Amino acid sequence: MAIEGADVIRAAAFIGAGIAMGFGAIGPGIGEGLVAARACEAIGKNPQEAGLLTRTMLVGQAVAESTGIYSLVIALLLLFVV
Amino acid sequence: MGVGAIGAAIGEGYTAAEANLAISRNTKSAGDIFKSMLIGQAIAESASIFALVIAMILLFTKFSATSYVTVCAIFAAGLSMGFGAIGSGIGAGFPAGAACTGMSRQPALSGKLTTNMLIGSAVCQTPSIFALVVSFILIFTDFSGYPVSPGCAAVLGAGLAIGLGAIGSGIGGGVVAESSCNGIARQPLTITPVTNVMLLGQAIAQTPAILGLLISFILIYKGFPATDSIAPSMALLGAGICMGVGAIGPGIGEGIASSGGVKAIARNQEVVGVITRSMLVGMAVAESTAIYSMVIALVMIFVA
Repeated sequence: MAIEGADVIRAAAFIGAGIAMGFGAIGPGIGEGLVAARACEAIGKNPQEAGLLTRTMLVGQAVAESTGIYSLVIALLLLFVV
Repeated sequence: MGVGAIGAAIGEGYTAAEANLAISRNTKSAGDIFKSMLIGQAIAESASIFALVIAMILLFTKFSATSYVTVCAIFAAGLSMGFGAIGSGIGAGFPAGAACTGMSRQPALSGKLTTNMLIGSAVCQTPSIFALVVSFILIFTDFSGYPVSPGCAAVLGAGLAIGLGAIGSGIGGGVVAESSCNGIARQPLTITPVTNVMLLGQAIAQTPAILGLLISFILIYKGFPATDSIAPSMALLGAGICMGVGAIGPGIGEGIASSGGVKAIARNQEVVGVITRSMLVGMAVAESTAIYSMVIALVMIFVA
């Protein structure tokens, strides 16, 4: 097996992309779940405000999602640019 | 096997602790609580029994290792079942603990609580059954025709994708079942909507594990051309790690979201529609990072 410099770099970029996206998905997944759980409990206590609470929940989740999107961007950069 | 035992141990320990607390609160129903604790622990144990079976097969089968790919496949089978048993072991402990606590508060409900606990923890076992299936496929498929590079990386990736991917869904399903047992113990009249929403939530919390299963099957069955360079191997291994680790967070998160929904429905079942809708929206958003992981894994398998 002939292993050259460029090949090693591409290999490292692939495995790095996998690690970046995989671990990057843990935090947002759990965090968004916590947001949704609290929103459901709040709607159960105060159903009249369901619209407002759902909106707030979505904004909060969107912010929590941002680090997941950073990971996605980094993974795509590693796959297609490096 | 070693890794698989961790989950079962945590799950059973949690159940036993809750059962002791419950018995101390209500010594009269100690018999019921003890019975329920044993059933719950037996289910939590099943994941580690799967791991034991795989370990036994690996130890006592004489493999005619014809290529490095076969060696890697056997190793990957061990990884898949070992990691895959963690989540289900931990997850199945939660509903059993909650059922014990519930029985000490409402001894009259012990039949309904046990039924609900059994349904909930059975669903928790599905991710570890996925891992078991992939382990068997990895052990009994003939990989001798596969090229060493990137075949080794593909089978290792397949084992990691479902093994790690099953952790989150197992724990997530357990969290949902826990709050449904809690809810039924507090408000026995809400048992129908609570159980329905629990099943819905658990089903959605399984999706990350199903994505992991999909990536595993693609890695095992697609067939990759032989290559001299190291990059394609690392892409396939990376795809497995990406999907496996990426499924942990969404699995747990969706479980938490759905447990919030179940808790709210148990308190206020008139608004079950509104709560279920918000819960589903929230779970869909939590799923998105698992889908990103799947996209990256598919790009690495098919494009890179």
